[in-house]
Amino acid sequence: MNEEFMGYERPNGNVGIRNKIAIIPSVICVNHIAEQIANKLDDAVAIKHPLGCGQFGPDYNNTFRTLVGLGSNPNVYGVVIVGLGCENLKSRILAKNIKRTKKPVESFDVQDIKGGSTAAIEHGLKIGNQMRGEANELKKESFDFSNLILGLECGGSDSISGISANPAVGIVSDRVVELGGTSILPEFTEWIGTEHLLIERAINENVAQKIHNTITGFIENLKGLGIDFLGVQPTPGNIEGGLSTIEEKSLGNIAKSGKSPIQGILDYSEPPKTKGLWLMLEPGLDIESMTGLAAAGAQVILMTTGRGSPCGNPIAPVIKLCGNPKTCNWMAENIDVDASRIIKGEKTIEELAEILWLKMRKTLNGQQTQAEKLGFDDLAIWRNTAAPFQYMHCK
Amino acid sequence: MSVKYIVMDIKDNCATALEDIEEGEEVDYNGIKFKINQPIPLGHKFAINDIKQEKFIKKYGQRIGIATENIKLGDWIHTHNIISYYLKEVLNQ
Repeated sequence: MNEEFMGYERPNGNVGIRNKIAIIPSVICVNHIAEQIANKLDDAVAIKHPLGCGQFGPDYNNTFRTLVGLGSNPNVYGVVIVGLGCENLKSRILAKNIKRTKKPVESFDVQDIKGGSTAAIEHGLKIGNQMRGEANELKKESFDFSNLILGLECGGSDSISGISANPAVGIVSDRVVELGGTSILPEFTEWIGTEHLLIERAINENVAQKIHNTITGFIENLKGLGIDFLGVQPTPGNIEGGLSTIEEKSLGNIAKSGKSPIQGILDYSEPPKTKGLWLMLEPGLDIESMTGLAAAGAQVILMTTGRGSPCGNPIAPVIKLCGNPKTCNWMAENIDVDASRIIKGEKTIEELAEILWLKMRKTLNGQQTQAEKLGFDDLAIWRNTAAPFQYMHCK
Repeated sequence: MSVKYIVMDIKDNCATALEDIEEGEEVDYNGIKFKINQPIPLGHKFAINDIKQEKFIKKYGQRIGIATENIKLGDWIHTHNIISYYLKEVLNQ
């Protein structure tokens, strides 16, 4: 079978499946300017966020790495960075780092433009229009799956996700890895109880030790704060739903990662160093998680949802998969793949994975996901200096 | 094709109910017919092999717990007859 997809080759050799112009504010104060520029451009997204000033140390680094990553994602043709001028996350330094991808990047500060916000929007639009024109000249070409980074996500989970949609995603993830591609599993709080099993899949002792340190470090942080996480897991609702142990609960979550060997743990928003399956440090809020995946370079995200979730991402298309028949019916416009056929007995997990694979290929080739059609471009940056995560680091 | 339950991996010794299954109902797995010994609600597990006390319960091809008593083919598997391997052995709690 010819396993390839159509994409846009970027100057650094990476492959995008979308051809967006990203308008990135370096600081919250100019979010509206970035938004109004993006609104007047075709296929442009504003990366609105609440940060960019009053940040220092690891908190600053984390935000900076995420914004650089989002601009560097190959789904983005070119980037316009809008600064205010007095913030500590400087627009020109952001631009310099994204320029390492050799893609078109321009930056300016609103305080340097005579005429206030109206003039700044016009200035940004002029740059954006130029980039849009160039982007439209690009032709798609065919690429193999070694060029793909897949993000794995779940949100609004129920007792059905773990035995239907999640293992189907795991089969697709394994297939991407077998074809030479890359896959990333975030949400470390949902690995707890399975680290001894994740460790068995680690490619070497060093990776095994990092997985161990990440989880035990987090459990120790919680204990230090007087939080008894494991004493209440699984929850009474989980037990009522049939989950007997913490490892059974977390296995339902990590089923999205299939059976592939684990190459290592990435920091939040850190691009994978090699192909294959990676874990990413991120605590489990869907929007923060998908922002980190896109910043790490994921071109597409598979998200399972049992109870239903409408969210999307501004950079990486999000394909929603739902195993719950009621949710598939009630929230049909927010679901891309109806995985409830598994529990209805109409399809096996393997057959559903094949349907998901075909849907993912269509999405890679340009078909819009439901979240894209609805214009949902949720974004949030994890602040890993906030307690109880303040001493968390995977190194 | 049976739609009453799902077995997540060939190495598993338990199945998960996809609908409420009644006590005494007959199911078959891999050509072997057996009776369900207790009511199994949707999402709950039952044994597809005899499982001796202290042996692992496997789902997703992975260990999800340890049997605290002998579990017979068709028995309901839950917190009354299995405990977490992770809490007991990995974290020593």
